[in-house]
Amino acid sequence: MTLELRLDDDSWLAVCELSQLTPGRGIAALLPDGRQAAVFTDRAGRAYAIDNRDPFTGAQVLSRGLLGSAQGRPFVASPLLKQRFDLESGRCLDDDEVTVEVFACRTSDFSPSGA
Amino acid sequence: MAESTTPTIAVVGHGMVGQRFLEALAEQGVTERARVVVLCEEPRAAYDRVQLTSYFSGRTPDELSLTDPEFIREHGIELYLDDPAETVDRAARTVTSRSGRTIVYDTLVLATGSYPFVPPVPGKDAEGCFVYRTIEDLLAIEEYAKTARTGVVVGGGLLGLEAAGALKGLGLATHIVEFAPRLMPVQVDDGGGAALLRTIENMGLTVHTGAGAQEVTTADGAPHGAVTGMKLSTGAELTADLVVFSAGVRPRDQLARDTGLEVGERGGIVVDEQCRTSDPAVFAIGECALAADGRVYGLVAPGYEMAQTAAAAVAAVIGLPGEREAKPFTGADTSTKLKLLGVDVASFGDAHGAAEGCLDVVYSDSRSGVYKKLVVAQDGTLLGGILVGDAESYGMLRPLTGSVPPVSPEQLVLPTGAGAPVALGPSALPDDAVICSCHNVTKGEICACSSLPEVKKCTKAGTGCGSCVKVIGQLLPKTGDKGLCGCFPYTRSELYEIVRTLRLGSYAELLDSHGREEARGGEGCEICKPAVGSILASLGGGYILDGEQAALQDTNDHFLANMQRNGSYSIVPRIPGGEITPDKLIVIGEVARDFGLYTKITGGQRIDMFGARVDQLPAIWARLVDAGFESGHAYGKALRTVKSCVGQTWCRYGVQDSVRMAIELELRYRGLRAPHKLKSAVSGCARECAEAQSKDFGVIATASGWNLYVGGNGGATPRHADLLAKDLSDAELVRLIDRFLMFYIRTADRLERTSVWLERLEGGLDHLRDVVVHDSLGLCDELEALMAKHVADYRDEWAETLNDPDRLRRFVSFVNAPDAPDPSVRFVPERDQIKPDLQILTLEGVSSR
Ligand code: SRM
Ligand SMILES: Cc1cc2nc3c(=O)[nH]c(=O)nc-3n(C[C@H](O)[C@H](O)[C@H](O)COP(=O)(O)OP(=O)(O)OC[C@H]3O[C@@H](n4cnc5c(N)ncnc54)[C@H](O)[C@@H]3O)c2cc1C
Ligand code: SF4
Ligand code: FES
Repeated sequence: MTLELRLDDDSWLAVCELSQLTPGRGIAALLPDGRQAAVFTDRAGRAYAIDNRDPFTGAQVLSRGLLGSAQGRPFVASPLLKQRFDLESGRCLDDDEVTVEVFACRTSDFSPSGA
Repeated sequence: MAESTTPTIAVVGHGMVGQRFLEALAEQGVTERARVVVLCEEPRAAYDRVQLTSYFSGRTPDELSLTDPEFIREHGIELYLDDPAETVDRAARTVTSRSGRTIVYDTLVLATGSYPFVPPVPGKDAEGCFVYRTIEDLLAIEEYAKTARTGVVVGGGLLGLEAAGALKGLGLATHIVEFAPRLMPVQVDDGGGAALLRTIENMGLTVHTGAGAQEVTTADGAPHGAVTGMKLSTGAELTADLVVFSAGVRPRDQLARDTGLEVGERGGIVVDEQCRTSDPAVFAIGECALAADGRVYGLVAPGYEMAQTAAAAVAAVIGLPGEREAKPFTGADTSTKLKLLGVDVASFGDAHGAAEGCLDVVYSDSRSGVYKKLVVAQDGTLLGGILVGDAESYGMLRPLTGSVPPVSPEQLVLPTGAGAPVALGPSALPDDAVICSCHNVTKGEICACSSLPEVKKCTKAGTGCGSCVKVIGQLLPKTGDKGLCGCFPYTRSELYEIVRTLRLGSYAELLDSHGREEARGGEGCEICKPAVGSILASLGGGYILDGEQAALQDTNDHFLANMQRNGSYSIVPRIPGGEITPDKLIVIGEVARDFGLYTKITGGQRIDMFGARVDQLPAIWARLVDAGFESGHAYGKALRTVKSCVGQTWCRYGVQDSVRMAIELELRYRGLRAPHKLKSAVSGCARECAEAQSKDFGVIATASGWNLYVGGNGGATPRHADLLAKDLSDAELVRLIDRFLMFYIRTADRLERTSVWLERLEGGLDHLRDVVVHDSLGLCDELEALMAKHVADYRDEWAETLNDPDRLRRFVSFVNAPDAPDPSVRFVPERDQIKPDLQILTLEGVSSR
């Protein structure tokens, strides 16, 4: 199963095989415009993607944070200063003013080269 | 009583029950309508006698006080300290105090408590003989103990053991002399007494059961000379300089006797169910009263009930309807839990199985000093029980008394893990179960509150002996609970025990079985995942990045390197004891040069290389591992460094080879996962060039071996380490450190350094010493075995990673572009090396580049 992200121009970018992700952890993907996405799967195998850039430090590290859930909603905690970001909305749970971009995800049976 | 005159209520005795009575009067509105005068014998107002012993663990007399001056003032109570009542004239209705104050009363309330019974042995009044009842007694004991070395406590009951624990804590070699054939004869049976004996002896106290005090010997035989020892009825003679009599208490009924009130044959002022004495104008409450059920109660809870009853009766007398009806006092529960440091003992309900046809369920493990007995009726109703060595379930079992527990009694006594997966939470209790027996507060009343402070304020539950506080915490809503995080209601050390005893192998399993209801099946969180990852690793979970464990580690552990502010990593190879060959130094130089890394000598006697991208890590490790280096665990909550001075080999002052020992220790404990990082150092002599006393465990050489210090800390709140043991051989030193570390790992909270843990540990350094030196908990074999397993299983995490292509796959910057370096990780020059380019990070993403 291939994991795809929807880009700003509504096209889908094949990123990797779902099996390459460790549930509960993330991985970074390079986007065509030079930006980076942080891609995660949870225990149930659902995939999420948000901007990889930690808005508090500017470092491209959110993919290396730990996943968690609060009130049933998944989040990632930044590995640097530990702020948490909701994976569905991109909202920072520790600072109302901060949000990161969310990318829609889908899985398909095509291989990345075919997408 | 005429409405126009203000009635006067005189209270004699301002102890725990007297104060409670005043509060009950105020609650009933009596203080608004009556003049209340209190005669208090002690130089201080009512304080918490139950917690008296906590004075020795740092509670000040002020903190023990139960009397809020504001309360006294607000209710217009006249309180005279240091002025005991001396005579009562019932015909004239007056009470006269020592200072000559005469109070004309309408109602008199006696709350004079008890006095400690001192057996009439020769020498009992010698200098150095004490009782254990008031703050003044404790102050005197403390002062006298400064020059004393050995103490004898006469009486092995609840209070005697408490007093013995206190003497021990004051540094005295301590004997306990008990007339009965077992300790705590009132509360426990023979089996429990045996388990208790073992535990107390393991703590280093000497127990003489079946022995009475026959004579206190003094310096020159003078009755008031200084104590020199004690002769026992068994013929034995003890050398001692301090004696505490704790052979039971007797009701203080002299005042009542003198004025002709009826008293019991064996003492105690006779009262009816309203706490009224043989004179209807006089009440007696607390330990001085002989209750309607023919018993004198030596516990505070029944006294509080009497206070409540009497206050309602007094309210009725002065014509107040009394908001609460006077609930007759017909008897009370005498459950107790011993507060002695390090030993858990509890008994509740019908502990001795006095009821007709009742049955016992007993669990006994004399090896670990655990004994538990439950008494059940034939229909399964729990009647009472005795717990020794493990009274964890007391808070749960006591309220269940009188009902049929939801699980079988065998399950209730078996230790967790021994085939007894009972998580019998307090939620299983009925609403009318009494949770706080000191204040007779039910589960329903507690559940109406939302926080512990609120519970204490509204119901007083938890403000007595404190043994119910844990269960209260479990009954309250999540806030303020001790749970590790939103996912688990347990502390780290509780989780450790759960994982250990149930042999759980995965985080998911633990979360789904022991997580909070709402967290089960979820993702967990960034707090508990690494904590559980560390527990699994400490218990021998193998390579920390295998399988599910990989998902638990903080980013540093996940990449086996420390993340820096720009997302790059630093690398710290292990340099045991700070000793390094020139060749190895050259390799570090070459690696750093070839990969363009910034290098710095650390504060831990090794070299840190900064600025590696995640995709460079394996190549860097490969070079280092090749040259004989391994991971220094700078990223882990694990052993960091064992610093060393140069020691005897070179230094003119050195008395031992500190470098050899430091290397040995560092190699032994490398990779050991712990609640927080661990640091150590070894100095070759008392000049202490390695700063061992600021380490979690520090070793200082002596002419005949090694001194071991524990609990030191640098950082924001520095703490000097405490001396745990002296003049150890190499083998003794290592064995003691093994035990110390494993005991810490087992019981500390998340991110709790040894310093903070030691400060928090009940009983402090002495308790620690008892456990790891004297094996008081019978744990040492197990702790050593765990460490042996750690040492045998250790493998270098860098080499393990390099040997496995699967594991290597995660060391890429991008999953969809494995060969592309991360363009956001850039550097600029400074002082001939690199530093992170922070400017690039302040741009909104790197799309513009
Ligand atoms: C590299 C080093 C500074 C240096 O250049 O000298 C250092 C660097 C860091 N220290 Fe330290 N500490 C270093 C020696 C010390 C020392 C001195 C010592 O060990 O003799 C102390 C005081 C002694 C102590 O720990 O008691 C020290 C007290 C701390 C503390 C405060 C700990 C405390 O209990 O208060 C922290 C914060 C923490 O761990 O929570 C900390 C945390 C850190 C962290 C891990 C902060 C972080 O999370 O990023 C730094 C990571 C460095 C890296 O990425 O490699 N570092 N740190 C030293 C590494 C020693 C080594 O070889 O492993
Ligand atoms: C070390 C210790 C540990 C204990 N632990 C526990 C425990 O864990 N659980 C438990 O339930 N109970 C415990 N107790 C017992 C508990 O403290 C008593 O049950 C409780 O204090 C009884 O209260 P009281 O008011 O009746 O007596 P007290 O608190 O003794 O108060 C009586 C007061 O009256 C004063 N008085 C006496 N005569 C006169 C007079 N003529 N004029 C004026 N004042 C007078 C006395 O000086 C004293 O201050 C412990 C006691 C001690 C000493
Ligand atoms: S601690 Fe003693 S042996 Fe070690 S270097 Fe200092 S003076 Fe020398
Ligand atoms: S049971 Fe003693 S304070 Fe609650």
